[in-house]
Amino acid sequence: MMVEQVNIHLPEGSIEKQTTTLNLGPTHPATHGVFQNILEMDGERIIKADSTVGYIHRAFEKLAERRPLNQITTLTDRLNYCSAPLNNMGWHLTCEKLLGVKTPKRVDYLRVIIMELSRISDHLICNSIVGVDTGAYTGFLYVMQYRELVYEIYEEVCGSRLTTNMGRIGGFERNFSAVAFQKIEKFLEEFPKVWKEFENLFNRNRIFIERTVGTGAISAERALNYGFTGPNLRAAGVDYDVRVHSPYSSYEDFDFIIPVGTTGDNNDRFQVRNEEIWQSLSIIRQAYQKVQSFKGTEADVYHADAPEYYLPAKADVYTKMEALIYHFKIVMGETEIPAGEVYQSIEGGNGELGFYLISDGGRTPYRLHFRRPCFIYYQAYSEIVKDTMLSDAIVTLSSLNLIAGEMDA
Amino acid sequence: MNMSLTHEMIKEKLDAQFGDRILSWEESYGMPCFTVKADHNLKALSFLYDDPTMGFQFLTDLTAVHYPDRKGEEIAVVYHLHNLKENVRLRMKLYVPIEKPDVYTAIGLFSGANWMERETYDFFGVNFIGHPNLKRILNVDEMDYFPLRKEFPLEDQTRIDKDDEMFGR
Repeated sequence: MMVEQVNIHLPEGSIEKQTTTLNLGPTHPATHGVFQNILEMDGERIIKADSTVGYIHRAFEKLAERRPLNQITTLTDRLNYCSAPLNNMGWHLTCEKLLGVKTPKRVDYLRVIIMELSRISDHLICNSIVGVDTGAYTGFLYVMQYRELVYEIYEEVCGSRLTTNMGRIGGFERNFSAVAFQKIEKFLEEFPKVWKEFENLFNRNRIFIERTVGTGAISAERALNYGFTGPNLRAAGVDYDVRVHSPYSSYEDFDFIIPVGTTGDNNDRFQVRNEEIWQSLSIIRQAYQKVQSFKGTEADVYHADAPEYYLPAKADVYTKMEALIYHFKIVMGETEIPAGEVYQSIEGGNGELGFYLISDGGRTPYRLHFRRPCFIYYQAYSEIVKDTMLSDAIVTLSSLNLIAGEMDA
Repeated sequence: MNMSLTHEMIKEKLDAQFGDRILSWEESYGMPCFTVKADHNLKALSFLYDDPTMGFQFLTDLTAVHYPDRKGEEIAVVYHLHNLKENVRLRMKLYVPIEKPDVYTAIGLFSGANWMERETYDFFGVNFIGHPNLKRILNVDEMDYFPLRKEFPLEDQTRIDKDDEMFGR
């Protein structure tokens, strides 16, 4: 018996759409964070993308207006949580610029070690996730043990792992332990071999190359116009790096190159991050040697002499009047900070992470604004993925390294 | 690094171009900073972008600040610009009254200004004239106030009138 096919009857007056609307996110495994893209699809081709952000907005800029400087470090942890120590160090540098605190060389070098370790852990996650999104889970699981080792180093240095709240204005809360140095040595020895294997796994994989070459490209001109910074801008061929253009924390003492791509596609972003990991390893080796070269009392320096802002040692608090006064002033947040306006930026995992701090001479910032690289370059996403396939858009999403925490502040 | 574009040159060129529309000039922590009349923001940005010696073609950051005590110019809009070739940074400010916080959009020059302006609108209510899609970005669409303005203080940390067992206060 023949069954008569019945078409769905649309309500009177409705227009039959030729395209499909697809919600990618806000909570989808492929978005790696809480943000949404409303895609207008013609088959598998994206004809329009509309991005929505703000799902995890936590009003950090408002909160910062009531916090003394040392309590704002915890807010910066939660921006790009894949490389929290970078944000922490950026914030300390901003405060030091405003307060006029000069850090000793050993502190700068220790900071460089930590910053480059967190850059590695940031790029490591990004690149292995690009692998996951192209169907190669193995690399991600394989290199994860070295992110674990980096987190163990953080733990040795500051006691926590993900949201590190590391360091203080003027330096670190304590000197690096012998175990911390051992772990850094272990990392420098073992990680390069693993990363070489990881690179081979992808660069010699035809599926991966075909998925990434030529997809998700943005020209240098458009990238600059969109305010791209960091690896994503360098992949398009612009050699802008804050570490070189506005050196901080003694980066001028180090010898390294800025890798650049040519086409700004997914593969270039992947390759630039890979090469940056090698450069970071070289910087850590240099910094480690410099740290080891300090002798005598200099080898114990881990903070600047800034008693007004740097919490004194507990033993001094119990025995010395000044230390006791400063201890209370810092803990109760009663230190008045000089009036002024500073902009300090660092090369974060995703690009130029800027802090625009305005003080009116009170105990807390009058206004604090974070320049979040992620937020700025994500707006180019709808332009990049227009007229591409959905599966390429997923790879583009991960190769841009979008961190919802950094986008939403 | 070529440092041929000095701060003095920037000041001279701006003064020659805009005269008394440049309201003030200062250097703060090594960064040159100037204030321009509010209705000249786009003209100043275009000049800084197009003039061959200036070349400030990278918009680093855009935000606003609320100064409730400055009557008639309560909202400051702050641009951070960067000349990447000469590696010079510049800060541009303008003040607008809170009743009519109108400035021109910079999207024509910088595509990246789109979301930065939306964010500034979202938190301070700055009306960017000519913006194609000026709606809230991080806060909910239904919100009817601009939360980073100073008239919205954070909750008093020492308040005791609130009995909220669930959150342990």
